Amino acid sequence: MKRESTLLNMVVVLLAITLVSGLSLGYVNELTAAPKARAQLARKVNALQLVLPSYTNDPVGEVRLLHWEGVRDRIEVYPAYQDSAFVGAAVTGLSEMGYSGPVRLLVGFQPDGTLRNISVLEQKETPGLGTRMKDDRFLQQFAGKNPAQFDLRVRKDGGDVDALAGATISTRAFAEATRQAYEVYLANTGNLKEPEK
Amino acid sequence: MEPTSTYKQHFLRGIVKENPVFVMLLGMCPTLGVTSSAFNGLGMGLATLFVLLMSNIVVSLVKNQIPAKVRIPAFIVIIASFVSVVEMVLEAYLPFLYEQLGIFIPLIVVNCLILGRAEAFASKNGLLASILDALGMGLGFVIALTALGATRELLGSGSMFEFRFVPDNANTLILFILPPGAFIALAYLAIVFNRLSRKIA
Repeated sequence: MKRESTLLNMVVVLLAITLVSGLSLGYVNELTAAPKARAQLARKVNALQLVLPSYTNDPVGEVRLLHWEGVRDRIEVYPAYQDSAFVGAAVTGLSEMGYSGPVRLLVGFQPDGTLRNISVLEQKETPGLGTRMKDDRFLQQFAGKNPAQFDLRVRKDGGDVDALAGATISTRAFAEATRQAYEVYLANTGNLKEPEK
Repeated sequence: MEPTSTYKQHFLRGIVKENPVFVMLLGMCPTLGVTSSAFNGLGMGLATLFVLLMSNIVVSLVKNQIPAKVRIPAFIVIIASFVSVVEMVLEAYLPFLYEQLGIFIPLIVVNCLILGRAEAFASKNGLLASILDALGMGLGFVIALTALGATRELLGSGSMFEFRFVPDNANTLILFILPPGAFIALAYLAIVFNRLSRKIA
């Protein structure tokens, strides 16, 4: 540590350190790329199985990507067929109104638009408060409700959604994302009835 | 060679006498931020322990090559590299924990506990002493975060490591999983800890 600092040795040492760390990070990234992708796919399939009724097709392979007004990313629609009969679809919903970042959901619908189940794909809410949107205790209030009658807004705003205690903003984002998924589903039910050839 | 008792001291200092959280009040951001449950506290503690251990090892190995004027940027690059490794490994193999800790994983880089130990200890001491110092300080951090997380989870959610003691619809002291509760719980735990450690010493 008592080494004299000269311009040359400072530059050389910093260069060496950043070079070594850059190379090793690249190497670790290579190593973990496959497991990371596998973990993400497993999460997607798990989420689909959770929100969709039993299906015989491959929703991940038959995903349809749609544009929706006011949404930057494309919306993913995963149709589910049981022996080529349409049994429902899972739609991603996004809200930018989360407490500390976007909230991304996967919402499962029955053919008539009734909510089957919802799975949280991505959220950066407060641990212990907003993160409880992933608990069954919160999610079960949506199962079997049809947004045509069930107002997808927080009770405070005049809707039917029970907010999480201490996390009204997170719940609002959750409700907004669900509403968006529902609108996309309603607008596209027609083209989902038949498997895409 | 230093006598064994000195090594023992290097190790124990971080756990009791200079506990990074309860005595030194270092690394408050993750301490207050993620400890809303015992599991989160434990996960963050272990991630920090790993980074601290690796950075102390590397810093003590290269300490003689680094010119004094650029030591801080050099340490930060070393620490940041290990944090990125932790982040990638967690995302690949423990996606559940990765999701829970979220933004607090990259923030380990700026945990002053880690830079503090690199600057104050590892850059002046040998490899073995630095390892023991990192293990001691890291364990002190793990214990403190787990204790804080457990206290807040018990009071705020009525559960411990996700195991609930109260019915689902019971009213719990939700204040304790909110940010102000973190400060209150930390203050009381620090009082208790310092009382007890003074009695032992």
